[in-house]
Amino acid sequence: MSSAAYGDSATAAKLAPQVRMMDSPLAVSPKEAPVRFQISHLDFFYGSKQAVFDLSLPILANKITALIGPSGCGKSTVLRTLNRMNEMIRHSRFTGEILLDGQDIRRLEVAGLRRRVGMVFQRPNPFPKSIYDNVAYGLRINGYTGRLDNMVEHSLRRAALWDEVKDQLHKSALALSGGQQQRLCIARALAVDPEVLLLDEPCSALDPVTTAKIEELLFHLKDGCTIVIVTHNMQQAARASDFTAFMLDGKLIEHAETSRLFTTPSDPRTEAYITGRFG
Amino acid sequence: MSTTATTTIAHAVPPEAGPRVFLRRLRNGDEVAHVLTLIFAAGILLITSLLVYELWANSHLSRAKFGWMFFWTRTWDPIFDNFGAAPFIYGTLVTSVVSLLIAVPLGLAAAIFLAELAPRRVSDALAFLIDLLAAVPSVIYGLLGIFIVVPLMRTTLGPALKGALGFLPFFSGPNYGVGFLTAGIILALMVVPFIISVSREVLLTVPREQREAALALGATRWEATWQVVVPWARSGIMGSVFLALARALGETMAVTMVIGNDPRISASLFAPGYTIAAVIANEFTEATGDLYLSALIELGLVLFLLTFILNGLARLLIAATERGGGRPA
Amino acid sequence: MSSLRLGWRKTLNAVMLTLTGVAALAVVSVLLFIFGYLLYHGGKSLNWDFFTKLPKPVGETGGGMANAIVGSLKLLLLAALMGLPVGLMAGVYLAEFGGTTFAFVIRYTTDLLNGVPSIVIGIFAYSLAVLPVKHFSALAGGVALGIMVIPVTVRSTEEFLRAVPVNLREGAMALGASKWRTIATVVLPAASGGILTGMLLALARVAGETAPLLFTAFSNRFWSPGWGQPIASLPVMIYTYAIAPYDDWHRQAWAAGLVLLALVLVANLGCRLILNRRGAIRSV
Repeated sequence: MSSAAYGDSATAAKLAPQVRMMDSPLAVSPKEAPVRFQISHLDFFYGSKQAVFDLSLPILANKITALIGPSGCGKSTVLRTLNRMNEMIRHSRFTGEILLDGQDIRRLEVAGLRRRVGMVFQRPNPFPKSIYDNVAYGLRINGYTGRLDNMVEHSLRRAALWDEVKDQLHKSALALSGGQQQRLCIARALAVDPEVLLLDEPCSALDPVTTAKIEELLFHLKDGCTIVIVTHNMQQAARASDFTAFMLDGKLIEHAETSRLFTTPSDPRTEAYITGRFG
Repeated sequence: MSTTATTTIAHAVPPEAGPRVFLRRLRNGDEVAHVLTLIFAAGILLITSLLVYELWANSHLSRAKFGWMFFWTRTWDPIFDNFGAAPFIYGTLVTSVVSLLIAVPLGLAAAIFLAELAPRRVSDALAFLIDLLAAVPSVIYGLLGIFIVVPLMRTTLGPALKGALGFLPFFSGPNYGVGFLTAGIILALMVVPFIISVSREVLLTVPREQREAALALGATRWEATWQVVVPWARSGIMGSVFLALARALGETMAVTMVIGNDPRISASLFAPGYTIAAVIANEFTEATGDLYLSALIELGLVLFLLTFILNGLARLLIAATERGGGRPA
Repeated sequence: MSSLRLGWRKTLNAVMLTLTGVAALAVVSVLLFIFGYLLYHGGKSLNWDFFTKLPKPVGETGGGMANAIVGSLKLLLLAALMGLPVGLMAGVYLAEFGGTTFAFVIRYTTDLLNGVPSIVIGIFAYSLAVLPVKHFSALAGGVALGIMVIPVTVRSTEEFLRAVPVNLREGAMALGASKWRTIATVVLPAASGGILTGMLLALARVAGETAPLLFTAFSNRFWSPGWGQPIASLPVMIYTYAIAPYDDWHRQAWAAGLVLLALVLVANLGCRLILNRRGAIRSV
C-alpha cells in the first residue's frame, strides 16, 4: 500500500491507504478523474458464506472500469452491491464502506441510489411492454413530468438504437433481436440519466458483431457517465476499458490501468489468468 | 428488499432505527402493499375458521341432545325429532367404496397406459380430454345417471349381476334401478379423472433407470411396470385414491339423483339408500324444527371432518412421492 | 417348462398392456359419449324459446329458462366480485411477500378450503347470508360461489406470479422502482394472461355448481330483480326438472344440460389451450 500513489492531494491522501495498488501507481491523477465510487474493506456474505474479502477499490468518474476474473470470483457480487441489488437476496449482508460521491450508499434512499446508478443485466430483460414504454418506465416511476417523447428519443439515440426502432416505438420490445433488446435495456437505464452505469456481462448472450456495437457504444457513453462492466471475456476488458480490476476467490488481486494490467501485470496470478492458464 | 435491507444496514452503520425504516418504506408503498395483501390472505384464514365455527355452533342443539349416539342411531325421524346419522354414514361409505372398487383399477390402468405406453403426444392429448371430463358439472352426471344408468341397471345390468352373483348378499333383493350400486357407478365415473391425472403425473416422475434396470434383467414391459414402476409410485397413487375418496364422499348432486333417498341400511347394493350430502341437499330447505336443522348441520360437520382428514393424507402422500420417490417396499 | 413359462409371461404382458389401453379408451369415450348424448337429446329440445321465455307453470308445455340463464350470469358476477379480488390479493401475498410460517399456514388453509365439499360451503353461506335475513337471495348464492372461487384463484395466481422471470423484477428495481411498483407495473402485467385464464377456469368450475345454491340462491320461476330475492340458475333448474315427473321438463333439462356443458367445456377448452400454447407467461 503506497500513499504516494496519489501525490499530495487531500482527497487522495484520505483515500489512498484503502486502495491496494501494489507498487504500480495509476497514471491518472485524481484531479483529472475524481473518484465516483470508493469501495473500502468490503466483506460480503451470503448467509454464513463469505463471497468477497476485504476489497477496496476506487471507481473513477467518466472512465470504464472492468471487473474480470474466473466465474464465481465475486465480481458480479461486487457490482450488485454498488446499487444494493443484492438486498433482494435473503440473508445477504456486507460490511465495510461504499461511498458514492462521498456519501455512504447505505444512508441513501435505495430507490434514489438506483436511479443514480443504473444497471444492465447479463441477459436482456426488456419488460413485456412496448419499446417506448420500456424506455419511459424509469422516468415514469421516478415521477418525471417533462416531455417523455424527447427523453425516449434521446435515450434511444444514446444507445444507438433510435434509427432501428423509430418507426416501431409502440411495438412489443420482445419482438426485437437479442442485441437490440440489450441496447434497449441500456437505453432504459440511460433514460433516467444515471451517474454510473453498471453492466453485468452484458454481451455474454450476444454474437460478436452485436458485442462490438455495444463496446463502441460504451466508449461514447463514458463522457456522460461512469461505467463499471463485469466480464469474463478478457479481450473485451482489454478493448473496452480504461481500468481493470482482477478478482480471484473473492479477493481483489490487482487493479491498474488496462493497458498496464494486460501488458505488465505485477501479480503472478494475474499473469496466469490473462495468459489463459486458468479460469 | 424485505428484511434483508434492515440486516444489511444494521451491521456496520447503526443509525437508521427500525421505526424510521418502516415509515420510509410505508411512504414507498411497499409496506402498504404488504399489509394490504396480507389482510386478504388472512381473510382466507378467517373464512375457513368461520366455516368451522358456524358448523360447530349451529350443530350445537343436535350435539347436545344426541351426543355420540348420533353416529350409531339408525332412525331419522323428523316428526318425533329423533335423528341418527348411521344410515347416511353407511350410505356415504358404501357408495364411495363401490366407486373406488370400479375407479381405482380403471384409473390406474388408464394412467399406466398414458404414462408408460402411449407416446408423449398421445398421452398429453388424452390427459387433456380426461381433465375436461373432470370439469363436467356434477348435475350433468346426475342427469345422465337418471336417464341412462338407472334404466340400464333396472333392465340389463342388474338382472345380469343377479343372475351371475345372486348368491351373494350384495346382489340379492329387489332391484329398483336406483340404489347404492348405481350411485357408486356414477361416482366412479366422476372420480376416475382425478385418479388418472394424479397417478399419471406421479408415474411420470419415476426415473427411467428404474424401468430400464428391470427391462435389462429380462422383465417384460408389463412386469417392469407392475413390479418396479408402480411400487415406486405407490404412495403417490395412494394419494390420488384418497383424493378421489374425499371427492366421492362429498359429492352431492349426482348421488342425490340416483341413490333413491331412503334412510335405510341394507346389505344389498341394489337397495336404495341415502348419503350425508344427499340428505342435506334434499331436506335442508324443508327442515322445520331447530333440532332438525341442527342435525343436518352436524351431518355437514361430519362430512367436513371426513374430507379434511382424507385431503390432508392425500397431500402428504403425493408430496412424499414427488419429493423422494418410493421408499423400499 | 421354461419356454412354457416364457410364453405365459409374454401372453400376460400382451393381455395386461392391451387392458390398460382399453381402460384409457373407455374413460375417454365416456367424455365423448356424454357430449354426444347431450348434443343429441339437448339439441333436439333446444329452441329459441329456451333462451327467451320464462318457465311455464307445472303441467303446461313449452316455455324456456331465460330467467335461469340470466340468474346464472348474475350469480357468477357476484362470485367474481367477491371471490376474485380476495384470491388475487392473497395470491400476490403468497408469491411476493410469502415464505414465512404464516404463508405456509395460508397455503395449507387454501388447500383445505378447496377440498371442502360444495354442499358444506352451501351450509356455511346459508348461515352467513340467509339465517340473519331469514330469506334466500341471489346475494347468498353469490357468497357461496364466491368462497369456492377463492382457493383456485389463489393457487393459480401464485403459480403464474412465481413463473415471472426474476430478471424482469431486477430490471425494474435497478431503475429505482420500489417493490410494490415492480409488482404492479411489471410482474402483474407479465403474468396477467395466466392469472386471467386461471380466474376464468375458477368461474367455469363454479358455474356448474348446484349443491351450494340449493339453500342459498334457491330458485325462482320468475325474473328476480335486484340481488335480494331468490334467483333461478341453470344447474338448479336442471336438477329440479330432471327429478320431476314430466316429460316436457325432462326435455328442457336436457337442453339446459347441453347449454351448461357447452359453456363449461368451451371455457375450459379455451383456457387450457391458451395456457398450453403460451406457457401462460410471455417470458423473455
